Amino acid sequence: MPESLRGKAAIVGAADTEVGVVPHLGPTRLCVEAILGALEDAGLSKDDVDGLVTCNSIAEPCTYHAEAIAEYLQIFPRYCVSVATGGGTTFTALHQAAAAIATGLCNTVVVAMADSLRSRVSRERAVAMQASTGHPQFEAPWGAPVSASYALIARAHMHEYGTTPEQLAAVAVSTRAHAARNPAAQMRTPITIDDVLNSRMIADPLHLLDCSLISDGGAAVVLTSAERASDLRRRPVYLLGAGEGHGHEHISQARSLTTSAAVDSGRRAYRMAGMGPADVDFANLYDCFTPVVLILLEDLGFCAKGEGGAFVEAGHIAPDGRLPVNTHGGLLSHCHPGHPGAMFALTEAVRQVQGNGGERQLARAELGLVHGQGGVMSSHCTLILGRERTA
Amino acid sequence: MSDAPGRLVPVPTAETAEFWDACRRHELVLQRCHGCGQVQFYPRVLCGGCGSRELGWARASGRGVVKSFSIVRRPVSPAYASDGPYALLLVELEEGPTMMSTLTGCEPGRAFVGMPVTVAFDDWPEGVTMPRFRPA
Ligand SMILES: [Zn+2]
Repeated sequence: MPESLRGKAAIVGAADTEVGVVPHLGPTRLCVEAILGALEDAGLSKDDVDGLVTCNSIAEPCTYHAEAIAEYLQIFPRYCVSVATGGGTTFTALHQAAAAIATGLCNTVVVAMADSLRSRVSRERAVAMQASTGHPQFEAPWGAPVSASYALIARAHMHEYGTTPEQLAAVAVSTRAHAARNPAAQMRTPITIDDVLNSRMIADPLHLLDCSLISDGGAAVVLTSAERASDLRRRPVYLLGAGEGHGHEHISQARSLTTSAAVDSGRRAYRMAGMGPADVDFANLYDCFTPVVLILLEDLGFCAKGEGGAFVEAGHIAPDGRLPVNTHGGLLSHCHPGHPGAMFALTEAVRQVQGNGGERQLARAELGLVHGQGGVMSSHCTLILGRERTA
Repeated sequence: MSDAPGRLVPVPTAETAEFWDACRRHELVLQRCHGCGQVQFYPRVLCGGCGSRELGWARASGRGVVKSFSIVRRPVSPAYASDGPYALLLVELEEGPTMMSTLTGCEPGRAFVGMPVTVAFDDWPEGVTMPRFRPA
């Protein structure tokens, strides 16, 4: 059972739209452009698509999102769904799309997500969005933004393990160093630890530069069966492992502030892939706020519990480090359009595994791990991608 | 700006009405399972531990310790900004459950992990009473 999806499906096309500040294109258009880009990359036409997975837009929500996109494209899929697990949405969608392919529900699935969080969200909707992450009776009335919930995690990690603001800042500095090598990234100017610590305090102990960007943008991937993948123009990127973990929704209900359900999602993904953290060449980890990266490094087994800060401070996640993390620049420096945010970690992982990373291509990128989390460390999904069908 | 968003007021449900009614009387109450004895928050129709629906209410001591905190400088709306920065708390209650709240009775900068606190009820003009915490 645990290895049931290993090597069954492969990503055969990937594309990002222009990201950052893209006011002239709305979320629907961005989603459509991402799909067309990914199909072109795969050498497929829209009529080859018989599965479509999207997430809803915050800026311009619609009740039947995936259906609306299918209608726009004039495709008539037999599997069509929009998913929502916050920042974990993208990988949860891919996990389920792979299962749909493995069970014969469909053959070729496009997973596409886009939003215009930067240019098309009203002040009222922004307030509602911030408030909606808290429990409506027992959290939201306190008026705290999402950043404060992550600050509670950061503070707990500092208290429990002696993690320092400098170590949190080192995540932002390293991620910017990756972004500096990516011409598409929204923020590319290198920063220092002092720049982070001197940036405006948002929610103690998180500074402005500990927080991710607010962006417009979209991305899509094409997933098909491993058999079909071998006939297509791109080198297939095989899904070798996938796992989810869901611990809570609201941070005040978390069983632990410093250990997350990424432990479960990671264990499930490693078990399916038949490998462990030491086999992974690079990792693209959800980095909405810097403390998340430290906790994920620990929970996914790249270092011991409590040692995330020291691991980052030692330079291990930098471009020339032992485990480069977020080689595109992450949510902190590349872009963060909301629910689609982790799509760019996926498309980047595809490029790296294919060897199409350009100037920032890693020397070793045969196995990549991507991890998304949504809510406040609530829903987790880990995927392991590889160049060979059986690792 | 009469149309500016106000504070977000809790709307009680069938499960939580007893909790909010008690707050109005300046009493903190928690659900206790008749089956396994587990004390839980927030209120639910079932015990999160054993699944029993046989739950009762018990008055809590109101004492707890700060499990984590953050000083909020940019709340979700101006309705929360009038008193300046405030300390958001996760309070681990003496009875076990954790509750989100805010610090009152001292400067937000005095918050620390492990700080002993006790409940302090705040009657909002919106017609609800909110359980805040002050230094014990
Ligand atoms: Zn029970």
